[in-house]
Amino acid sequence: MHIIESGNVAAATGVKLARAQVIAAYPITPQTPLTEKLSEFVESGQLAAQYIPVESEHSAMAVCIAASTAGTRAFTATSANGLLYMVEQLHWAVGARLPIVMCVANRGIGAPWTVWNDQQDSMSQRDVGWIQLYANDHQQIIDSVLKAFKLAQTVSIPVMVCYDGYLLSHTYMPFDRPEQTEVDAFLPPFAPTHFLDPENPGNFNTVTLPDVRPGVDGTLQPGYIEIRHNLHQDLRAALATYEEIDREYAERFGRGGTPFVEPYRCDDARFVAVAIGSLSYQLRDVIDQLREDGLAIGVMGVQMYRPFPDEAIARALAGKECVIVLEKALSYGNQGPLYGDIKSALYRLENRPVLHNYILGLGGREIRTQQLLDVLARSCANPGEIEDTPRWIGLKLQEEHHG
Amino acid sequence: MRNDIIEIRWHGRGGQGAITAAKIVANGAFASGYKGVVMAPTFGTERRGAPVFTSLKISREKIYDLSPITTPDMVVVLDHTLLEEVDVVAGLKENGLVVLNAPPPASAYTFGGARVAVSDVTAHGVAAGLPAGIVNSGIIGAFAKATGLVDIEILARAIEEEFTGKKPELNARAARIAYEHTFIGE
Repeated sequence: MHIIESGNVAAATGVKLARAQVIAAYPITPQTPLTEKLSEFVESGQLAAQYIPVESEHSAMAVCIAASTAGTRAFTATSANGLLYMVEQLHWAVGARLPIVMCVANRGIGAPWTVWNDQQDSMSQRDVGWIQLYANDHQQIIDSVLKAFKLAQTVSIPVMVCYDGYLLSHTYMPFDRPEQTEVDAFLPPFAPTHFLDPENPGNFNTVTLPDVRPGVDGTLQPGYIEIRHNLHQDLRAALATYEEIDREYAERFGRGGTPFVEPYRCDDARFVAVAIGSLSYQLRDVIDQLREDGLAIGVMGVQMYRPFPDEAIARALAGKECVIVLEKALSYGNQGPLYGDIKSALYRLENRPVLHNYILGLGGREIRTQQLLDVLARSCANPGEIEDTPRWIGLKLQEEHHG
Repeated sequence: MRNDIIEIRWHGRGGQGAITAAKIVANGAFASGYKGVVMAPTFGTERRGAPVFTSLKISREKIYDLSPITTPDMVVVLDHTLLEEVDVVAGLKENGLVVLNAPPPASAYTFGGARVAVSDVTAHGVAAGLPAGIVNSGIIGAFAKATGLVDIEILARAIEEEFTGKKPELNARAARIAYEHTFIGE
């Protein structure tokens, strides 16, 4: 059934349909309405979960780690500085291989304080080991939350579902709310074989020596580096797992089929703009306009950022003349993070596209359609050489320093 | 850019319910076959009583651009005292429409070449039996009459659903009374 609600409510509805059992969260703009909605669901008895109020994001993740270790389906959500405050626990959650799901309503990071949207918060956490999914609209938010719970418990790796603060979190649009019975058929209860159980005591995440050593049963047990190698291999394997989960979701609910990247008018395109989140949808109108002007251009949204779908991206961009990466995040002192990753994915190609990188929209600076038209037209008119220094869109009061 | 999108900007005061009104119209429009409906409140902080606005975009096709409206086709004003504080017609397209909660006649208000529709929504709310000051249901009736975009009965149903547990019938009645008492200037 279709309803019109905010992106935060779409996320909360997904969490409810997923039958999360433990929710611990600390409110932070623009995530707050999501956790308020979940507390309403719990209070009214619509969701049989324990809602545990905490005094900080660090504790929120600590509660989720404990709940997940005990074998329950755990959820939290945050934004910006709240995400950064839980970073130590983020590493712990993934090292302990706990299938926690977290929504991140993307917001710029202070200092100086901003409550508005960019993607620096979650993008800066790309190396933690969590899986990262990005949604472009409310339908993708609720669908991604459901797929995230299934993916997390299938591969024993936590998943972040990220969506643009305000632009998606506070905007209302229609989306289909799947039926509970259909969600139950797609997402079975979380039933781990190994969990914290007073009836069956065990050690969890003990100090692990540099080298392998015999366990209590005499067999050799992995050291730290083997455990980390396993995580990396399992993350790479999670690409295929997610593709399969997305396929099953599409069969059941009729939506999906583009787990990694979502191309629009890219097939015959000479030029492709690439972006993450709602910007990739905003660019569709721009692409339509440029197509009317005779420019063979498309846009591709990246929906999974970690593990990085390098092969899907290389396939999608092979043979293009110029790829224009627009980002609301920056690896300060270098380039946009997505730009660097795409460049790496394209390195093996024989005819590598020229790459351009634009930084825009930081701290909620409005992204005007006309600006996007201008920069894409400029890049396509003069692809030139690869540009490793990002250009900035929409700077005021100061000239862009480029080079 | 796309010319299939109807852009409607709603002006009110924090706490007055402009967002709820726009959301109800969004629901009514979607129920009437507009697949593309996007309602974006003012992003950021909001104070009770301070001027706020909300963007509502409506189209037969899915809408991808979530940026705020800068050149609206219509503006809806829940509180005529805002006219002294806010340039409510900023960016209004030529031959645009202003729907205003104010006592008639419409000719008392001029906004360049814009068409003006007025309805004394504040009074109609009281006449419907609502407490004084509830205007966000009544303004929807004025909107329906002035724009003809969405049928008043569909909107009345959307009002009753939104106001479940909060005097749904009286709010729907306020919209119907305002609908019958909306005056459109030349």
